[in-house]
Amino acid sequence: MNYNWNWGIFFEQSPEGTGSYADMLLSGLVWTIVTALCAWVIAFAVGSVIGVLRTLPSRAAQAIGNAYVELFRNIPLLVQMFLWYFVLPEMLPESWGTWLKQLPNAPFYTAVVCLGFFTASRVAEQVRAGIQALPRGQRMAGTALGLTTAQTYRYVLLPNAYRIILPPLTSEFLNNLKNTSVALTIGLLELTARARAMQEFSFQVFEAFTAATIIYIVINLLVVAVAGLIERRVAVPGR
Amino acid sequence: MTSSAMPPVSPVPEPQAAAAAAPATGPVGTLLTERPPVAATSGPMIAIDGVSKWYGDFQVLTNCTTSVTKGEVVVVCGPSGSGKSTLIKCVNALEPFQKGQITVDGTQIANKKTNLPKLRSRVGMVFQHFELFPHLSITDNLSLAQRKVLGRSKDEAQAKGLALLERVGLKAHAHKFPGQLSGGQQQRVAIARALAMNPIVMLFDEPTSALDPEMVGEVLDVMVELAREGMTMMVVTHEMGFARKVANRVIFMDKGEIVEDAQKEEFFGSPRSERAQTFLSRILQH
Repeated sequence: MNYNWNWGIFFEQSPEGTGSYADMLLSGLVWTIVTALCAWVIAFAVGSVIGVLRTLPSRAAQAIGNAYVELFRNIPLLVQMFLWYFVLPEMLPESWGTWLKQLPNAPFYTAVVCLGFFTASRVAEQVRAGIQALPRGQRMAGTALGLTTAQTYRYVLLPNAYRIILPPLTSEFLNNLKNTSVALTIGLLELTARARAMQEFSFQVFEAFTAATIIYIVINLLVVAVAGLIERRVAVPGR
Repeated sequence: MTSSAMPPVSPVPEPQAAAAAAPATGPVGTLLTERPPVAATSGPMIAIDGVSKWYGDFQVLTNCTTSVTKGEVVVVCGPSGSGKSTLIKCVNALEPFQKGQITVDGTQIANKKTNLPKLRSRVGMVFQHFELFPHLSITDNLSLAQRKVLGRSKDEAQAKGLALLERVGLKAHAHKFPGQLSGGQQQRVAIARALAMNPIVMLFDEPTSALDPEMVGEVLDVMVELAREGMTMMVVTHEMGFARKVANRVIFMDKGEIVEDAQKEEFFGSPRSERAQTFLSRILQH
């Protein structure tokens, strides 16, 4: 292979004129992290609500929860990105569509919403599984003490369910972080997009993607470490 | 939930408002620090009238009728699968039933207008598997419903909980978590948790069935003390020694029916039905 290795490329000025190639990758990393965190806020909140809906006695609530999960987990994430970014503005009244398209950072907002709703369907499945893994008597005990259904979830079922599903929830967070790379297709300048730009400007494909790979691994290992800390922190004595 | 045969809603007097408003802390000489006074002339505390329940096509309860008056201790026994646990869970509407009615302290539980959380907060329930909340300390297990349902302050709830823990001999364990206690200790905490709500009646669903034999005694001791203090109790159990000691009446169930409903002496002396005789001879053999 006739390849011209140049590890010093990271410190060379990028043609964008806003700093070195390293700065370019770092700015991509910032977008990746911000997108992942914002999407996770949506995913966790919506996912918890949908997961709870699927465990309520009400058939209607279950149906709504099921419909949400099946809709959002059975369409490829890439297709969902395109639907939100290219199709949705055309379906709305014209003035709204134009407003959406002219929004500054539109790829960012779209990626956050799309990824948030997509990941929510997966979080919902975990939350449902966690609640259903609890002994049936826990719900009965809360109910028998006079707690309302909402109070039973808030004070009894969810605190225990979240503890059970912390490991799979960590995996979902990692997926969520990695899935931000799909947003490069709608123009979000996140880490993978920046690595590709670096490759195109400098032709140093190996260096660019080696850097991206290492950055993803390091960030994800950090997430795993933090999740481990949380797990120890919320562990219940005597269990 | 219930049949259309249910009579029209009659205005039910606000039940035992005085009891709910009673101060949470008081003398800790007994398990029941502020039990409402027993009115000798009032109706039954629990009235079960023609209750039937089905799981799909399978009938688990058939036309069950009985009652528990204030201060009475009623033991429900019978072979496993006879519907006794289901019946007791119907009393505080943890299980729905399709026919008949149950009235607790004058309130129809199947009435859609009944505030079930409020009613349940006045009916103590103890489960076979304790069902303490594993993520909460013993203190918080005892305080949670006092604060969220009865609206007591944190200090008030904790003081009440500690007083009851002392009565069941577990004050030193207040800071621990359920997973750090033995089964017998957990069940005593569960009884204290129910008592912390100042219940007007206590339901026990096989409270000693999940315990190692050496721990049965400590739980029964607490229940005997409670009965002697005049608590109204409905107890599903196989502990015939307990029944002999403190029960007023014994209900024998088989295949979803109440086969025998008799005073204790009568039940143990000369059970009328053959099924109860067979059951007793089997259970008392050893």
